[in-house]
Amino acid sequence: MSILVDKNTRVICQGITGSAGSFHTRQMVEYGTKMVAGVTPGKGGTNFEKIPIFDTVQEAVQKTQANASVIYVPAPFAADAILEAHAAGIKLIACITEGIPTLDMAKVKRVLQGTDTTLIGPNCPGIITPGECKIGIMPGYIHKPGSIGVISRSGTLTYEAVWQLTSLGLGQSTCIGIGGDPIIGTGYIELLELFEKDPQTEAVILIGEIGGSQEEIAAEYIREKFTKPVVAFISGTTAPSGKRMGHAGAIVSGGSGTAVSKIEALKAAGVTVCEGT
Amino acid sequence: MKIHEYQAKALLKQYGIPVVEGKIAFSPKDAFEIAKGISAKKWAVKAQIHAGGRGKAGGVKIVTSPAHAQKAAETILGKRLVTHQTGPEGIPVEKVWVEVSTDIAHEYYIGIALDRQKNAPVILASIEGGVEIEEVAKKTPEKICKLWMDPVMGLQPYQARLVAYALGFKEKWANEVSQILLALGRLFLEKDCSLVEINPFVLSQDGKVLALDAKINFDDNALFRHADIKNFRDITQEDPLEVQAGEHNLNYISLDGNIGCMVNGAGLAMATMDIIKFHGGSPANFLDVGGGASTEMVTAAFKILLAHTEVKGILVNIFGGIMKCDVIANGIVEAARGVKIQIPLVVRLEGTNVEAGRKILKESGLPIVTAETMAQAAEEIVKRV
Repeated sequence: MSILVDKNTRVICQGITGSAGSFHTRQMVEYGTKMVAGVTPGKGGTNFEKIPIFDTVQEAVQKTQANASVIYVPAPFAADAILEAHAAGIKLIACITEGIPTLDMAKVKRVLQGTDTTLIGPNCPGIITPGECKIGIMPGYIHKPGSIGVISRSGTLTYEAVWQLTSLGLGQSTCIGIGGDPIIGTGYIELLELFEKDPQTEAVILIGEIGGSQEEIAAEYIREKFTKPVVAFISGTTAPSGKRMGHAGAIVSGGSGTAVSKIEALKAAGVTVCEGT
Repeated sequence: MKIHEYQAKALLKQYGIPVVEGKIAFSPKDAFEIAKGISAKKWAVKAQIHAGGRGKAGGVKIVTSPAHAQKAAETILGKRLVTHQTGPEGIPVEKVWVEVSTDIAHEYYIGIALDRQKNAPVILASIEGGVEIEEVAKKTPEKICKLWMDPVMGLQPYQARLVAYALGFKEKWANEVSQILLALGRLFLEKDCSLVEINPFVLSQDGKVLALDAKINFDDNALFRHADIKNFRDITQEDPLEVQAGEHNLNYISLDGNIGCMVNGAGLAMATMDIIKFHGGSPANFLDVGGGASTEMVTAAFKILLAHTEVKGILVNIFGGIMKCDVIANGIVEAARGVKIQIPLVVRLEGTNVEAGRKILKESGLPIVTAETMAQAAEEIVKRV
């Protein structure tokens, strides 16, 4: 078991002919992910290394029974790509694209609200169930199948954490990068709920950062409902107020969203919070 | 992206929101002419900088004659204004806004910000204007009226009326304020704002409602579709190193410590700053070189780090995932040779082809200290500065 993706997940890539899309499609195929189709408007009927390309997601789904999509479409067109995947009935969408306008995402969120479509990201490394299915840009080999769930707002910091786990001999059930933007598809709580129900997952690592109050809300959920052990790390203790630290969502504004507030909330919920690394 | 008050007011005016008559002055002489050209008994001369708290810092003067306006402009222009939002070095004042001074009957606050929990813009309004809204929220939260705007439909007239009545406006003012709020909602959505604040929004003694100050921030990610807004950018208000980094697609933020950091990925970059602090040091910057750090980018990054005069040592922390460590190591060596680094340099590489990468660093003949873990890297650099 794992959450959201496994060896049966049938994945399409939106933006497969772009430089990031083609590079990472190769990497995903190499890892063993079932890449069943690509979508690039205007290139339907051609192939990308044996993978058929379609003009629309709708057609790709009809012809290949795909049930997940990974999006590498440039930021100005990415919100449209998410909506297209959702309209075509794709239930799991991982949007890797960085730099999508916030109000585009606010509109997308409003459309997805109350539906059973799960959006991971945007501005994230994606999702991986080690040994079965890698959807995104994370280096596959640092992962190892096992029992630790990982949820993170960051990219390379997640790789760091996963690598440390693997080096210690601790494998992972599923690792999800939820994204560094102010508005994201799926947050900590929805994923913690899935990890709670997943028998393979024995413990969860939660990696957060400054900005917003997702970690505080997650802490509340953990205190009330989550029964498995959680270890957390929050980056940005030394970040100044009012500055965006790389991620559009990593900003302390008006005294809220500080690392201290998140660390305290998590500690109060019984979570072990690492200081240093 | 931030803009100046005068630019924000021009936008408000474009959306039909009443602002006081005024003009921008680049010199004391300009200020004199502008005051002379607008018939009034009193004028306000306001420093234009990308920060709040100007009044308390002496950046806003009320004057009673054009000559007085000129004098006020002289004391403000060409100086660096230090407010509680600028940091001790302050921000240069290159322009002043000269407008008719308003006699205020009451000050209100109206603003629109992004509510990250509700994934929608939130309208904030308060009968306590002219003070910081965070303070009002802390001390008297009951004095803040909050309403969420649907990002697809926009602010609805009934919502605007609710806010206007909540602020105590009656009769024709209620209608006028509702129209202002609707216009503000349109502005927020159409121009991809991340924050719009009118503080204070005032009722003048002669019965007019007016935006007396204005602050508008924009979503950087949406600037590609707003050429008009992009033109508002004023780089004199930004940190020169941050501007330079931006030109190389590097994400850089100056801090006040002395250990320069170069990291790939924003989360790891923040964690690197934190671990330096944890080991007793102090980071001089945040620097994310991104996923695919080329030699050219690493070279540019070294130059920017070294241009920060306080920097006494550099820590490079790279997790090579898709990027291979040997490629990165070559980039670091080449860049380090190119810019002739004279201060301690600790490099921590991890990930794909790490052994080859470390070997390249060791055999480069450069005085590079290599570390295997983040903690070790932090200890090494802290020890050396």
